[in-house]
Amino acid sequence: MGDFDFSIIATNWRFLAEGLRYTVQVTLTAMVGGILLGTLLALMRLASLWPLQWLAAAYINFFRSVPLVQVILAVYLILPLLLQFLTGRLIPIGADNSAYFTFTIFEAAYYAEIIRSGIQSVPRGQVAAGYALGFTYSQTMRLVVLPQAFRNMLPVLLTQTIVLFQDVSLVYAIGATDFFGAADKITQRDLRPVEMYTTVAVVYFVLCFALSRLVKYLQSRIAIIR
Amino acid sequence: MNYHWDWLFFFQEADDGLMYYQWVLSGLGWTVAVSLTSLAIALLLGSAFGVMRTTPNRWLIAIGDTYVDVFRNIPLIVQLFLWFFVLPELVPRDIGLWMKQDLPYFVTAVIGLGLFTGARIAEQVKAGINSLSRGQRFAGLALGFTEWQTYRYVRLPMAYRIVLPALTSEAMNVYKNSAVTYSVGILELYFQYKQIIEKTSQVLEITIVITLAYFVVAFATNRLFAWIEQRSRVPGMIAGGQGGK
Repeated sequence: MGDFDFSIIATNWRFLAEGLRYTVQVTLTAMVGGILLGTLLALMRLASLWPLQWLAAAYINFFRSVPLVQVILAVYLILPLLLQFLTGRLIPIGADNSAYFTFTIFEAAYYAEIIRSGIQSVPRGQVAAGYALGFTYSQTMRLVVLPQAFRNMLPVLLTQTIVLFQDVSLVYAIGATDFFGAADKITQRDLRPVEMYTTVAVVYFVLCFALSRLVKYLQSRIAIIR
Repeated sequence: MNYHWDWLFFFQEADDGLMYYQWVLSGLGWTVAVSLTSLAIALLLGSAFGVMRTTPNRWLIAIGDTYVDVFRNIPLIVQLFLWFFVLPELVPRDIGLWMKQDLPYFVTAVIGLGLFTGARIAEQVKAGINSLSRGQRFAGLALGFTEWQTYRYVRLPMAYRIVLPALTSEAMNVYKNSAVTYSVGILELYFQYKQIIEKTSQVLEITIVITLAYFVVAFATNRLFAWIEQRSRVPGMIAGGQGGK
């Protein structure tokens, strides 16, 4: 332990920071995209048309029952095949770009379940009240139900985002250079596993711990008084 | 699509004389072994730390909270790398060498995954115990039970029943998380998936098969827990659930 070499971190901090930036970018993209797609899926799942319900349930259950690492690799390999089939041309995507897509579609399934329970936590009377005021379905959802639902589920959505932030480290499977990937590549070159992996662990811990405390604080602040 | 479908490749012989479907089966075996062992460790650790967090003792609470905070806020793959590549360098030289050379990968991986999952289970167990009314503990103490006995005979039997649905989804998560252990050399299902793709390029067939395999083990676990839930139900209690329906 005595020979923990901080200079390794100092000389490589730029590469590590690049990795962390990529991790944050994937997290934010997947969060925004996942919540949008997840809202759509949740509304489909709660719709009165059974084909919509069935489609949404199939999507959600599928992604919730496969390991993320497998999806990351499968999309990375299958997406180019699919694009080639659709456009007739070979389009190289690259590991870094395919991860944005993978995490968005994967996290959407998890966000959808959170959003569904959020929507269901809004009392039925609110929907009835919307219709009674002459609102259409989309107006009722947009102006009455979703704003309340999102307020209720904000802490859970953010907690899921912290999980997502940690899960980005799994792009290791396709060799993309996220924060952990960057540290791993430096380790392969300099053979300093202790310094590199410990740094990653500490940084992840500090960030996620701080964020989860923030979520806890938020939870107490925004609880709806009924 | 100019993809060449070939389902029969599973019956072709691989480099090591086995057929590809046998690679899949051996991977499945390792996945189940890693998952079940980790789950057992996680249940023990999770219960111990979960209970600690509900005791009146300030120090026990602090230890339990620290465990949960540390293991929930570091990604699983980073935790596994810490156990495999960092810990052997920090302990005395002889022990480090032994860990690197003689300690089976399986043991380290299972402990890593167990500690990671245990933190989540500790959270559930704590929530389960806290959902019981205070009167349960008081009643136990009034009957002359020690603090430990109130857990053993009064609170835990109820708390476990309450958190069984949450434990079910944790148990299903373990299968998915066990895929990450490929990164530290466990030859489980995902490792075989990766390897078969490299050898044969039959991406679509193998993706379908592996996905189904994961689905089957997770579903079997779900049914097993539903069965436990039904068998352990206390008549008249809502918390006993409907047997996972």
